[in-house]
Amino acid sequence: MPEIIKRNKALSVSPLKASSTVGAALAFLGFNRAIPMMHGSQGCTAFGKIFFVRHFREPIPLQTTAIDQVSAIMGSEAQVVEGLKTLCEKSAPDLIGLPTTGLVETQGADIEMAVRVFRETWPQFADTAVVPVSTPDFTGCMESGYAQATKAIIETLVPTQAEAGTRPGRRDRQVNVLPGSHLTPGDIEHLKELIESFGLSPMVLPDLSDSLDGHLPETDYNPLTIGGTRTSDLATLGDAAATLVIGASMDAAADALTARTGVPDHRFAHLMDMDAVDGLVMTLSRIADRPVPAKIERQRAQLQDALLDCHFMLGMSRFAVAAEPDLLVGFSRMLASVGSEVVAAVAPANAPALQDVAAREVKIGDLEDLEITARERDAEILIGNSHAVHTAERLGIPLLRAGFPQYDRVGGFQRTWIGYRGTRDAIFDLANLLLGEERGEIHPYRSKLKQRPEGEREMPRPH
Amino acid sequence: MKQKEIAALLDEPACAHNTKDKSGCAKLKPGATAGGCSFDGAQIALLPIADVAHIVHGSIACAGNSWDNRGARSSGPSLYKIGMTTDLTEQDVIMGRSEKRLFLGIKQAIDSYKPAAVFVYNTCVPALTGDDVGAVCKEAQKRWGTPVVSVDAAGFYGTKNLGNRIAGETMVTQVCGTREPDPVPPGIEHEGFKVHDVNLVAEYNIAGELWNVLPLLDELGLRVLCSLSGDARFHEVQTMHRAEVNMMVCSKAMINVARKLKETYGIPWFEGSFYGVADVSQALRDFARIIDDPDLTRRTEALIAREEAKIHTALEPYRARLQGRKVLLYTGGVKSWSIISALQDLGMTVVATGTRKSTEEDKARIRALMGEDAVMIEDGNPRGLIDRVRENGVDILIAGGRNLYTALKARIPFLDINQEREFGYAGYVGMVELARQLCLTVESPIWDAVRRPAPWATDAGHAHPAPAKSLSLAANESAPAEVQSHA
Repeated sequence: MPEIIKRNKALSVSPLKASSTVGAALAFLGFNRAIPMMHGSQGCTAFGKIFFVRHFREPIPLQTTAIDQVSAIMGSEAQVVEGLKTLCEKSAPDLIGLPTTGLVETQGADIEMAVRVFRETWPQFADTAVVPVSTPDFTGCMESGYAQATKAIIETLVPTQAEAGTRPGRRDRQVNVLPGSHLTPGDIEHLKELIESFGLSPMVLPDLSDSLDGHLPETDYNPLTIGGTRTSDLATLGDAAATLVIGASMDAAADALTARTGVPDHRFAHLMDMDAVDGLVMTLSRIADRPVPAKIERQRAQLQDALLDCHFMLGMSRFAVAAEPDLLVGFSRMLASVGSEVVAAVAPANAPALQDVAAREVKIGDLEDLEITARERDAEILIGNSHAVHTAERLGIPLLRAGFPQYDRVGGFQRTWIGYRGTRDAIFDLANLLLGEERGEIHPYRSKLKQRPEGEREMPRPH
Repeated sequence: MKQKEIAALLDEPACAHNTKDKSGCAKLKPGATAGGCSFDGAQIALLPIADVAHIVHGSIACAGNSWDNRGARSSGPSLYKIGMTTDLTEQDVIMGRSEKRLFLGIKQAIDSYKPAAVFVYNTCVPALTGDDVGAVCKEAQKRWGTPVVSVDAAGFYGTKNLGNRIAGETMVTQVCGTREPDPVPPGIEHEGFKVHDVNLVAEYNIAGELWNVLPLLDELGLRVLCSLSGDARFHEVQTMHRAEVNMMVCSKAMINVARKLKETYGIPWFEGSFYGVADVSQALRDFARIIDDPDLTRRTEALIAREEAKIHTALEPYRARLQGRKVLLYTGGVKSWSIISALQDLGMTVVATGTRKSTEEDKARIRALMGEDAVMIEDGNPRGLIDRVRENGVDILIAGGRNLYTALKARIPFLDINQEREFGYAGYVGMVELARQLCLTVESPIWDAVRRPAPWATDAGHAHPAPAKSLSLAANESAPAEVQSHA
């Protein structure tokens, strides 16, 4: 178990943390015909929008209650009601997510009441689901906000067994999935394929692989999300055979779902090494009551082969990783499984999951903390988001981009890290980065007693 | 910041919006608002000052979600690229510890990075709990001996535009005039070549485009005391009061800076743009006209003649390729006309231009360029923009990054003209880059591929409403409302 070192300085420098409010917005973006409306000043939304647009390279539906000076002081309930009404009138969404910001939480806004007032005042918009969630940006991080929003969606929109008369296992092929925010659209897509390969039918919530996977839809303009979990499907969750939960951050959401539906759940801290994927595959095999398909056995064998090929480069290599808790757990476990060491680990906020990080210590901090520790302990490779580019430059070591945001490359948003295949690709990339470094290199010795021509070290090239 | 002070900033006598009640600072509508807040605006305006430690005092969203997301470049220090925030926790807020954290945070920034100055940006949460950021900054400056400037522009004060103004106001009242400029290095001035000091206001050196212009100003002996704030240094902002003339570059946002420098120090100013051959030349002429040094005027005209001839030749091949292509321009304020002339230089036809943030004066300039019945778009909602592109057979939409992916999803060629873009278009040479980027997207082979339905999709009615003709020049005939360029 790593030692958790808390924040011990006044400033965050080169912040690693994104707000829990944008995390909540991300969860809502995994629902079909949805739009999150942040309850805060317009800047909270403008920044959140740019944050996601640059990461996904997609238009992002996101609105704001636009708190101004008057509503900041006099109360903001009317802003919520007006905003909800405006969105319903304009585009009749299936779902409006309503995450709060630090501003309105400091003010003491009662968002539940504002939604009740909206319901009473505008009954004609009853078809639009509204899910409020408290996610002030002075607590938690993106991951926790995403998890809280998922939990709020479950508590607001998934009927209890008693209410809906659902029965676990009635749909014996349906498997519910609660993916943590560390899973990319590519990860979720792969996870769905894995589940389907057992003849099972996945019901993912939120499903970013259907809304933010970067596809060109037929319609030319959409003010709402263009895919994702359908709110109408949420009533079926209680009939599923099982629920898969990926990432410890989703524990509370999973507890809520299990309490409401009675569907048994299976929890996985991550799916980024062979042990973890083995666990998932065994679970799926049992749920489906089917043997593991040959295709998946082959992928496992491919990963084993890659482990053989890569252990020469990866063994005893030293990594610095900056990521939100669940992703940090995944990477540290993957690296431990190939004999690498995480010598510097930083998470933006504390979480119970950090107990599972395979490292001596985890710092709750920022990229400056990572840089200092990585330098002290001679890290050879950095894993982090696009902000870490500058950190890696200053350290003079390569960066593998992972997490949010990734804005200086295309395609990072959909990379698949999980499963036998994702793990294999990741260790190939990491091994290649190490091959590009001078490791254990014996530098040429040039004897002073010999007289060799000056220009002999120039690279020969055709004239 | 007090309501009264905000009202005073909104009441900007030099701004043409000010006469109408629909000012640039109108009330926001919940659920239908786009754009940044005052903090965003203040930060955009000042962040490019490269040797300053910029501390965002607030909870994580303000800095954590936004740091390092602008394209302003520096020729030297990179301190401005390091995000710093007090990252307030729940405990700080509840226990009232945020002022102390800020005080220690300023010390931390000074100790770790030895900045020329520290700027502290106030944000919503501490503004609401009532932190006295100004007092903390004053005390910190006294204690640690580094200038500490408080920029009080919390998000809920208003729009990005207001934030720009607050930032400008802060510079004029707290920083300008606190230092004298260095003497001109020896050996540069001689008979018939006197150096004149100027400022550029609201030039942000996006993608380094200021460096397309600076060599020209150098050649003319126009020393930029300070560019507020592209590639600026703190000590340059301190000397802004000594300029002979200020140029407001392509923006109304910091018009209060130009006005106050005029009122306080008597510095004349003009509004201009570095986009497009005609506008670059005009800006250079305006400098010469106001400075009124006959020798400078003569050298300016010679330089313009030389550069225009050179760029004319360089643009010739692109002009042939872009001739007659139709553009829909949707961007704010000054750019609504400054870019038009640049596009017309390239032989393109501007079908319509956005005027949401333009003043009557801007609109007059648009009419001068596009003709009396120029089509102006007030409301730039994405659906409406796409429809106009379709209706007018537009070849390319030029707008801010906000609309980039909306346009691409609609399979419309797009050029980003705002802050986040990666290419610099200013100056004579910037036109070549602009032309290259326009050709690159308009002529790309991908448009057919992304518009063509899959070969097995036989149900024609099911395919997306792709405008197969929008790239075709023949669409010219079917657009009666548009204004033809005189290029």
